[in-house]
Amino acid sequence: MTLDARVPEGPIQQKWDKRRFDAKLVNPANRRKYKVVVVGTGLAGAAAAATLGELGYQVQVLCIQDSPRRAHSIAAQGGINAAKNYRGDGDSVWRLFYDTVKGGDFRAREANVYRLAQVSVSIIDQCVAQGVPFAREYGGLLDTRSFGGAQVARTFYCRGQTGQQLLLGAYQALMRQVEAETVQVFPRREMLDLVVADGRARGVVARNLVTGELEKYVGHAVLMCTGGYGAAYFLSTNAMASNCSAIWRSHKRGAYFANPCYTQIHPTCIPVSGSHQSKLTLMSESLRNDGRVWVPKGQGDKRPPNQIPENERDYYLERRYPSFGNLVPRDVASRNAKMVCDEGKGVGSTGLSVYLDFADAIKRIGRKGVEEKYGNLFQMYQQITGEDGYETPMRIYPAIHYTMGGLWVDYDLMGTVPGLFVLGEANFSDHGANRLGASALMQGLADGYFVAPYTVPHYLASTKFADMTADHESFREGVDYAQKRIDRLLSVKGKRTVTEFHRDLGRILWDNVGMGRNEAGLKKAIGEVQRLRGEFWQDVVVPGEKNNLNPNLERASRVADFLELGELIARDALDRSESCGGHFREEYQTAEGEAKRNDEKFSYAAAWEWAGDGKEQALHKEPLVFENVHIAERSYK
Amino acid sequence: MNLKLVIWRQSRRDAEGRFVEYAANDVSPDMSFLEMLDVVNEGLIKKGEDPIAFDSDCREGICGMCGLVINGVPHGPVRGVTVCQLHMRSFKDGDYITIEPFRALAFPVLKDLVIDRSAFDRIIASGGYVSVNTSSAPEANSLPVPRMDAESSMDSAACIGCGACVAACKNASAHLFLSAKVSHLTLLPQGKVERSRRVLAMVTRADAEGFGGCSNEAECEAVCPKSISISNIARLQREYLRATLIGR
Repeated sequence: MTLDARVPEGPIQQKWDKRRFDAKLVNPANRRKYKVVVVGTGLAGAAAAATLGELGYQVQVLCIQDSPRRAHSIAAQGGINAAKNYRGDGDSVWRLFYDTVKGGDFRAREANVYRLAQVSVSIIDQCVAQGVPFAREYGGLLDTRSFGGAQVARTFYCRGQTGQQLLLGAYQALMRQVEAETVQVFPRREMLDLVVADGRARGVVARNLVTGELEKYVGHAVLMCTGGYGAAYFLSTNAMASNCSAIWRSHKRGAYFANPCYTQIHPTCIPVSGSHQSKLTLMSESLRNDGRVWVPKGQGDKRPPNQIPENERDYYLERRYPSFGNLVPRDVASRNAKMVCDEGKGVGSTGLSVYLDFADAIKRIGRKGVEEKYGNLFQMYQQITGEDGYETPMRIYPAIHYTMGGLWVDYDLMGTVPGLFVLGEANFSDHGANRLGASALMQGLADGYFVAPYTVPHYLASTKFADMTADHESFREGVDYAQKRIDRLLSVKGKRTVTEFHRDLGRILWDNVGMGRNEAGLKKAIGEVQRLRGEFWQDVVVPGEKNNLNPNLERASRVADFLELGELIARDALDRSESCGGHFREEYQTAEGEAKRNDEKFSYAAAWEWAGDGKEQALHKEPLVFENVHIAERSYK
Repeated sequence: MNLKLVIWRQSRRDAEGRFVEYAANDVSPDMSFLEMLDVVNEGLIKKGEDPIAFDSDCREGICGMCGLVINGVPHGPVRGVTVCQLHMRSFKDGDYITIEPFRALAFPVLKDLVIDRSAFDRIIASGGYVSVNTSSAPEANSLPVPRMDAESSMDSAACIGCGACVAACKNASAHLFLSAKVSHLTLLPQGKVERSRRVLAMVTRADAEGFGGCSNEAECEAVCPKSISISNIARLQREYLRATLIGR
């Protein structure tokens, strides 16, 4: 089947205007008759819920943390892109659009990306009006900085806490609507099923994480804003509660899952120190502006870095990419770090890290100079590793950071289940096979503030809804399904903990569906994930009760879903016999070892349809047509 | 290293709690404090015992979800970090460590070390925002903000809402939290329009939630993982006085 994204006709600059003009409207007096259920309160969820509340709809919002302010958008450091062109350095909506499509290695839908670039300017206006304390020049106007993948300075920022401040802005707008009684917030709730009736998304079943009760939330539309699925890999920069369950359950109820193999691996993370480790911490990639990446030339060289003479060091990025050197893009830097560690040249006690050395920078601009630029990062590094990055080179290693794949959506951000809208990282739409820095915050807020508030009302106004209450059979069925699954998890009473299974899954995915992928490894991974999934349901131990706060039960349920998604990630990676962006298939590379796309065969979004337990998902394709950008090969030599 | 842990256990909200002793052996100095608890929990699960419930999410010190009282100090012995960023190298072999939840009337314990902080959300809902609807914002650069004002505002806005300030205060006062939000918004021209209404509403709501008043002990500042200054509380008091004198 070929998927239709229902992109409006006409020139790309006018598509969004046309869609908004063609949209049906809901009379203000009628808006309160419509209920919208929003799952997740990150940038996309909080922004959409607040805006729909302001418009007068009845909104119910669920969040997994104890407060909507804690969603993982809060951890974003660098900044948010917008085509304001305040610097007069040649930026424009068109250039932001072009950079994003190219950065995504030509695997995104043009019309969505153009709209993203268009509304980016309004995001900054909105956030400033809310009181987001962006960095400013002495004249009082907004400051910007430059970021990877662009030659203009279009990134707005709040020190190293941009995600936090943008999320607090959206959260405050949300809480204002709670006071206005248009929005109800339900914290410590986890969605366990999507309720579909008469072919439409009509609500969700969620578990109250404090009492264990299964609750029913009825709506005319459901907005899934639950973030990415990078935590499938166990160790990632994601938060402990980040999971795929909401989108995976939606997938099992009919929503297609697109491009699951597009995962982003960030090169400058603090390496793993031992098996106790629960997560990885990212350090801004701006460090590569002054730090030099190297490993010893000899294998298994255990000497401390300061005793390895210059001529026995391999500055491999500078050697392989003379023109970009240490500043190659994320995917390239990550892949090369893996390569040298695979060769046995990795450093540290685990052999899984490379040096990021500031000795030359300190010689050039002095310790004070380095401190001024990166002081907080050196501090964070020392806190976590106990090592002083000024005295001895830092050690870094890549880590899973973001997932470009997600539920397939059309131009209106609606999935293949009518009435199910998917916003932010949870959808697949805007970043293609690789996301540029500072674009995740832009997309979350664009979807939440400026896209869904037009497309959701259009859906509501143009649909005739059957009566629906929480007593409807479809809700009973959903509760029943969720209850049985919980009972089953608690009844296995095996010997291995949830964490042990999760760690094993992470290792399979990281080794075979990580930075480098090949046919043999992917086939092996599919088999291993299936085996592990079988073992999970035979041998997992989940302590505690179902009618009480039980973090292990929550985790068990999430890991059970990761064990299904993990297989699909590998299957998608196997199916895509080309390299593009974060998806590097070792069989498909140029003579210089770079990613080699196959536009003739793979210029499409791969959308997978659930076929039932134990059956292989069916693949549907949305062809990607590029009418506005010129397709080219990326090279950084 | 080997440690003795004394941890608050409470099966649910209305149940009585008690301290229980646990051993944490072979702890690596590279572990974070929460990873050490993860390891203890893995051991408890293997033994068929109920693991210790505690909150955490981002584990990089920004979400504000985690918070434990370690040897009497919210977030533990290192200043300026959350408990998820506290590493075991700050402890030594043989240490005896007590671990409790944040305690305050307005933060009821839900289970073990997990508390309900929704009172903070209700304080924000009462007025901790600028009343501006989506799409009604003027061009961002039409309103210049002096750089120093933006920087001071950012200093206050850095609050992560963890509640350590309340746990450290003998009055269980939320003044540091409250004042950080009032300062963040009042220092910016966008937030000045509603300054009187905001401060009155937020203080009233905090009182109703059962938080105490401020008696200038500065314990809150000492434990704040983001080093929010008590000068914010001074600003809050001035704003409150101003609002009550001038009115809306």
